[in-house]
Order: sequence, then structure tokens, then C-alpha cells
Amino acid sequence: MTPLQIIFIIVAVITLFAAIKVVSSRNLVHAALWLILVLFGIAVFFVILSAGFFAAAQVVIYIGAIAILMIFTIMLTRRVARDSGAQHNSNWWAAAVLSLLLFTGLSWILSRWQGFQSTAQPMLESADPLRQLGEGLVAPGGYLIPFEVASILLVAALIGAITVAWERK
Amino acid sequence: MISGTFNPSMILSILPEISILVLGFLVLFFDLFLSKEHHDKLGWITAGGLGVIIIGCLLVIRPNESVLQTFAFGGMIRYDWMGFTFKMLFLFSAAITAMFAMGMEKIGKRGEFYLLMLASTIGMCLMASAADLIMLYLAIETTSIPLYILAGFITQDEKSTEAGFKYLLFGAMTSAILLYGFSLLYGFTGTTQIYKISNIIQSGGIPTELSFGVLILVIVGFAFKISAVPLHFWAPDVYEGAPTPVAGFLSTASKAAGFSVLLRVLLIAFPEILPYWSAFLVAISTLTMTIGNLLALTQKNIKRMLAYSSIAHAGYALIGLGSITYDSFFGMSSVVFYLIAYVITNLAAFGVVAAFGRVSGSDDIAAYAGLSRRSPALALAMLVAFLSLAGMPPFGGFVVKFIVFAAAVQANLIWLAVVGVLNSIIGLYYYLTVLKVVYLYRSEDEEKPLPIPRSYSLALGVLVTGILLIGIVMAPWLNLSIKSVVSLF
Repeated sequence: MTPLQIIFIIVAVITLFAAIKVVSSRNLVHAALWLILVLFGIAVFFVILSAGFFAAAQVVIYIGAIAILMIFTIMLTRRVARDSGAQHNSNWWAAAVLSLLLFTGLSWILSRWQGFQSTAQPMLESADPLRQLGEGLVAPGGYLIPFEVASILLVAALIGAITVAWERK
Repeated sequence: MISGTFNPSMILSILPEISILVLGFLVLFFDLFLSKEHHDKLGWITAGGLGVIIIGCLLVIRPNESVLQTFAFGGMIRYDWMGFTFKMLFLFSAAITAMFAMGMEKIGKRGEFYLLMLASTIGMCLMASAADLIMLYLAIETTSIPLYILAGFITQDEKSTEAGFKYLLFGAMTSAILLYGFSLLYGFTGTTQIYKISNIIQSGGIPTELSFGVLILVIVGFAFKISAVPLHFWAPDVYEGAPTPVAGFLSTASKAAGFSVLLRVLLIAFPEILPYWSAFLVAISTLTMTIGNLLALTQKNIKRMLAYSSIAHAGYALIGLGSITYDSFFGMSSVVFYLIAYVITNLAAFGVVAAFGRVSGSDDIAAYAGLSRRSPALALAMLVAFLSLAGMPPFGGFVVKFIVFAAAVQANLIWLAVVGVLNSIIGLYYYLTVLKVVYLYRSEDEEKPLPIPRSYSLALGVLVTGILLIGIVMAPWLNLSIKSVVSLF
């Protein structure tokens, strides 16, 4: 096993554990803090895949902005910070069986693929992914339209959020 | 390295989307500067603007013989008859929805409502012509997120809020599964271009069970959009709680958009495993029709009944998808044709419910007693829409059902056609039950007038004419459907 694989396994275990804690902890503030750990674990995966820009973006946007915003939101609505109801209903075993089936099924079909055993190719020294990303976002032959559509989506979401949150007298 | 130069003619391939965006900001502008008492004109601006865009697109960018189908913007968008037909259908239903919305007190005077509806229409138009997984995913989200808000638009109403929230939760879950499927697809093939995936699956030695497994993840996301069983749970609750024009928009345009991507992705990216997915869709179709129709039988609320009926109709359209064979375009064309008629018919059905609900404030089927005496015209529109949904001649619903069942017979799925006919009989029963209440039952409110605004009369008039047109002259519509499907390849 290479050192990278060992790091991957350790980080994966921590991330999965934190992800379970996000949905199982009763205190919303704790859940948000566990979520930060999950997001940090994913940033480490990006580093392992030598996607440095994504790792930085993950930390700045998801941890720095979104998770902090969530914690603020929870603290400003203190009344609902603690969940008092039951955490699962009588159908939990059906969901567990279904998830287990889905997991084994997906693992099985993935194991049938020839690329399942092969190791990742290291990235070329000369490659400049950040430059390619930047060009891809504005080149007419690249991802120009998805990029512009994303801004329409954000404007619509912004207007929608104001509509929902605005208190009418 | 990403290359490609900008060519002004590329603008033409996204002209509908650009025009809708301009219209959206125009509506927002008028919302700010128009005085309060003129705010009910916003709906006319939206509907009129969409009408102008439809006419403009028909004149300027109708795909002609010389440019039948081309890729634009580096293969993100494919400009073909398929996309064009569906875009016109979405623009039409958005215009009709705007006309229904302007009569509703709580939504009709708010510019945000129209803007969100237009944003969602942009997403649908892009869904119909997207040829790249990234483009497709963004288009689906641009369609869905404004729709979540529209479903929960009346925030003072608990049912509407619940509808919006339920729709959001289901939508987020299925969209995550869809995205997982897309990412696996990209992982195996190394491309996001829908038109290149099939070649790579063939030459790359990707086992069948792998591509079929990934396809199922993708189908989950689309099955939510078309509300096929077992991903139909959201539909009755959302339709019941959402403002009626929004429910109509959800059950028609949004569903048709789901079918348009389903057609393109299945046929273009996964032709090798056609026997597998068509068998899978036949099973889903049988379940969807049967469960939808059986549950519709017991409904007391007309919006819930129409929700189950629209689930059943997704099942009928899926018959066409399940009947696709390698050597015939008939199954695919029948789906497109079915959707055209279904969108027009179901918009009319929800329009009648909106027209009645805005005056009486009730959506109970029992409240419709004596409608034929209160407003004979509205009752007649309801008769046409419901009989067309039930599949009675001479209305559009009959012709398209006939074509879909014929496609099943041609694909040697005679038992599926029989199941479809049996289901239509169940459907006929509950549509007629409502019509019985409308025409035969008496009520104390009979003397109360039922005023119908001008926008409703106009929209319902157009829709009823459309239903009759499809039912009586079917050749041009069928030709259009065939032309769309042929242009897909």
C-alpha cells in the first residue's frame, strides 16, 4: 500500500464517521460542526486527486461561507436548535435493507469494470488545470452556456429566497 | 485544450432562451415601476410576450432543410426539430399558465411569480436541447428550483408551504441520485457529451450490467420528473397544496420536459442495451398506469384526482417508450405525439379547476354540483378536457391513446396494449363520475353567478380548440412528431 492509499483510508473513515454524526446528533449546532469535518475530509480527497484549486474552493466556499452561515442561522433561530421528536419511524429497517441492497448492487457492478483494479495515473507536470478551467468557462466551444445558465439559476434562486422569506404585512 | 470560435449564428440556437430571459427582466422592470392598480397587467405582459416569442421563433429559427440538426456551443446544445417542438410546447404552456395565474388573487399581481415561471421555462427549453451531461444537469436544476418556490408560493397557506417543501425534499434526493449516475457515466466513458457516450460504451468494453446499473440511477432522476411509480408519492400532495395554475404547469410542461430528456438520453447514449431498458420501462409503465388509475378512483379532492390521473397518463406515455424497437420510429413518435395532446388537455383540466376554485374556494368534487347551470361554458370546457383525458373520440386524447396502443401492438406487446385499454376503462369511470356531479347533481348555489375573467375564457378557448384540432386533423401533428424523432439521430 502506498502512503497515499493509507491517507485516503484514514480520511475516508473519519469523513464517513462524521457524516453519520451529522444525521444522528440531536443538537443542530453539533450537526453543523460535524458537517464542517465532512467538508474538510472532501477537501483532502481533492488534494489527493491533485485538484488543488478545488480543495481551496471547497475550504473557502463550503467551510468558510456555507457552513458558517448555517451555524449563524441555527443560532438565530434558537428555538429549533434541539430536535425533540423521534429520530426514526417504524420503517427504518426497510430503509436499511434497501440501502444495503443498493450498496452491494452498486459495488458489484462497479467491480465488474476493468478499471476497478487499476491505479490512477499521475497528472502530467506540464498540465495546467486551472488555466483550462478558466478557459473552459468562457470559451464558446467550452462550458460558456452552462456557466451563464448557472447565473440565471442563481438569480432565480435569489429572487425565490426573498419571496419566501419576506414577511408580508 | 478547449477551442472553438464564436459564430453569431450560434445565437439562433438559443434564441428562445435569450428572449425568455429578456422578457423575464421586462416583467421585473414593470413590477417595480407600474402602479399598484395596474399590477394585474403583468400576466398579460408575460403571456403576450411569450406569444410574440413563439411567433418569432416559428418565423426565424424553425429548423429548415439546409440546417436540420447542428451542434452549437461546443456540443452543449443540439439544435434540431426535437428540441424545437418541445420548446414551443413549453412556451405555449407557460403562456397559458400566466393567463390562469393572473386571475388568482394571491399570485397574479406579483412580478416574482412570472419571473420564476419564466426562469423555469428557460430550464425546460435547455433540457429539451441539451446534448451534454453538465448542460443537462444545470437545465434540470434551473427548471426545478423555481418550481419548488412556485409550489410553495402562498407562504400564508400551510398546504402550499408543505407542497413546496415536500417537492424540494423529493427533488433534492432524486437529483442527487441522478447526479451520481451522471458522475459514474463520466467516470467510465471519460466524456460528458451524450452523443459520444454510446461509442465509448461499445468500444471500451464496459459490461452490460454496469451500463444498465448506471442507467437505472439516471432513470430515477427522470422518473421523479415524470412522476412514474415508485417515485410518484410527491405528486398528489404537491398538486393539492400548490396554487392550481402551478399544479397545471407541473403536471404538463415539467412532465413533458422529463420525457424529452428521457427520449434523448435513452436513445442516444444507451442504444446498445435497448432490450433491457425497454423491458424495464414496460414494467414501470404497467405499474404506473394501474396504480395511478386505481388510486384516482377513491379521491374526493379534484386536484388529487387529477394528480393520480396525471401519474396514470405518464404510464400511458411510457407504453410508447417501452415499445421502441431498433427498426421503427413509431414507438418514439407516439410518445412525442402523446405529450403534445396530453399537455394541451391537462392544461385545460387544471384551468377549469382554477376557474372554479378561485370563485368557490373549494376543490372538493362534491362542490362541483350544479356547475352546468352556474356556468354552462365552463362545464362544457370541463366536459371536453375530461373526455379527452379519458380517451373519447373526437377529442385529442382518443387519437394519441390509439397511436400509443398501436405502437405497443407493433412491438409485439399486445398484452401491454390490453392493460392500457383496461386502464382507460377505469379512467373513464372516474372522469365520468366528476362529469355526473357537474351535469346531473343539483345544489343550493345554483343561482350564484360564476364570473370567469377574460384571460380564462381566452386560454380555455384556445385549449379546447387545440384538443378538437388534434382529435380531428391528426396528420400534421403526427408528421411533426415523426420529424422530431428522426432529427434526434
